[in-house]
Amino acid sequence: MIDAPPPIEVRDVTMAYGDFVIQRDLNFPINQGDIFVIMGGSGCGKSTLLKHMLGLIAPAAGDIVYSGQSFVHANSNEQERMRQRWGITYQSGGLFSAMTLAENISLPLQLYTRFSPKERMEIIAYKLALVGLDGYQDYYPSEISGGMRKRAALARAIAMDPDILFFDEPSAGLDPISSRLLDELIVQLKESIGATVVMVTHELPSIFAIATNSVYLDANTRTMIAYGDPRELRDHSEQAVVRQFLTRSSATKIEETA
Amino acid sequence: MSDTAPVFQLDTTQSDTLILALTGDWIQGAGAPDFNDLRTNLNALSPKTLIVHFDNIEQWDSILMAFLLQCSNHCQDKGIALDTTSLPESAQRLLDVATAVRPHQRPEPGDYHWLTSINPLRMLKATMGNIRESLAFIGEVAMALANLVVGKANTRYVDFRAFCYQSGPDAFAIISLISILVGMILGYLGAVQLQQFGAGIYVADLVVIGTLREMGALMTAVVMAGRTGAAYAAQLGTMQTNEEIDAIVTLGISPMEFLVVPRMLALVVMMPLLTIYADVLGILGGALVAGGMGITPLQYFNQASAAVEMNHIMVGLIKSVTFALLIAVAGCRSGINSGRSSAAVGQAATQAVVTAIIYLIVADAAINILCQQLDY
Repeated sequence: MIDAPPPIEVRDVTMAYGDFVIQRDLNFPINQGDIFVIMGGSGCGKSTLLKHMLGLIAPAAGDIVYSGQSFVHANSNEQERMRQRWGITYQSGGLFSAMTLAENISLPLQLYTRFSPKERMEIIAYKLALVGLDGYQDYYPSEISGGMRKRAALARAIAMDPDILFFDEPSAGLDPISSRLLDELIVQLKESIGATVVMVTHELPSIFAIATNSVYLDANTRTMIAYGDPRELRDHSEQAVVRQFLTRSSATKIEETA
Repeated sequence: MSDTAPVFQLDTTQSDTLILALTGDWIQGAGAPDFNDLRTNLNALSPKTLIVHFDNIEQWDSILMAFLLQCSNHCQDKGIALDTTSLPESAQRLLDVATAVRPHQRPEPGDYHWLTSINPLRMLKATMGNIRESLAFIGEVAMALANLVVGKANTRYVDFRAFCYQSGPDAFAIISLISILVGMILGYLGAVQLQQFGAGIYVADLVVIGTLREMGALMTAVVMAGRTGAAYAAQLGTMQTNEEIDAIVTLGISPMEFLVVPRMLALVVMMPLLTIYADVLGILGGALVAGGMGITPLQYFNQASAAVEMNHIMVGLIKSVTFALLIAVAGCRSGINSGRSSAAVGQAATQAVVTAIIYLIVADAAINILCQQLDY
């Protein structure tokens, strides 16, 4: 067990749009059962890193390794197989607007499982109930509120009981109570299905409430400058910028001490 | 409230330390001084320290802050120490917030000459890139279609049915109107000329051949390019913006099979049907004109049915299938490659229609030349 490779490893990744380098030399593992947070100021490339990990953008250099298997060098069949073990929610939800919530959740089930239609409907009801949306099966994404859409996206992400859950800004735009409920939900899901969670966020309350490990991407030096438990980093990081980020110190102070 | 004009005065008794005295009401509409005047003075004197004195200012608003911010930025650029301790606390705090982050310096764009935009090599490269992209798209579509044939594609029949309805029955009204009118136009065009030779009855032949071989398919295609091609581009572009296409990819589904194939097949199935419908209405349109020229409906339809030949109909149908493929490719390609903003979706829709119409005209000409050579 000790020798098992971590579920995700980012190796020497450089991200770039053309000649413009966003982040370079990213190197970190994400361990089994972690709730891992990718944090950093606006525009530092958090969401871009997530898209690299999801294989939506190919890295300019380096590799993303899932349980010892390279994603970048895998052929499309292998990539597809790896992707079936993931659940993902996007910043804007990413629900298919032309389908009802039930159809959204049903799509991966139809593709990759052999449930009967009746079993499928029961699973859909269960997944929606987990996020508090049972009864909304026949609603279209445009007919429900933004917070509900985020939760519906989460229901779709967990439809296949994934090994790895990716969240892009899960609580952005949610009120504090919904946001806390979402955090609790993430922790419960993680514990019940034993998934590893990777999330991009800069909501400090939710970082301290649930994160067990993190990486900080710096926009100025264009690389990662801290890795570890965010509570540790807040109190003991050698990097002033990281401490200030995690304690919400004012921008003026950052300018002076950075 | 006494409205006194806002002014600044520069005390230059000490050459190293200047005192900037601000007086008056620094409010909107009071005619605040131009910072450039102060800049000229500061550049001429190049002091080490600038002390702002805030005297007798009763009212101030963002005008004052804008002036102070320029002052502060200038001092920072020139390495002048700025002393703003005499400002009221609220203004002091606003200035702190405004100066917390230095103004962003946009990187200098590289040497760019307008001639480079018409550099033939560059244009060739761009065109080649475009063609390669198109070919890659067509190749991916072909692979998706191959998967569909062997039954491995993630294409949903419900989607196909919905798109058939959108691109077929929904288009009846506009297609009816356009094809009747085009039939009438062909009728007038022929009737005026043919009557001069006493050959008015041949207007039926002209309308039939013109509609079946050319106008039926082409006008249907132009309408569908504007209607359905643009809709496809807008749908897919919006899905790109909403990260729906990302979600499809990460679910392990090919967007080609899931999104492009049902749209394309729907058009390929519906366009020939619409073309036949347009052909019939076009010939009826011609009959209306012929009636006005003193040709009885019986005469017209007698003459017309003699002119209808299978190869005319086939040419029209071959064209309509070709056009359907081209419209779907143009629409879906623009949509899938769309950027992620509302402006980009608009561009994608425009590009879809423009590209589709160019494709249509070129393909139409090519098919006509081919038919002429083959004597078909």
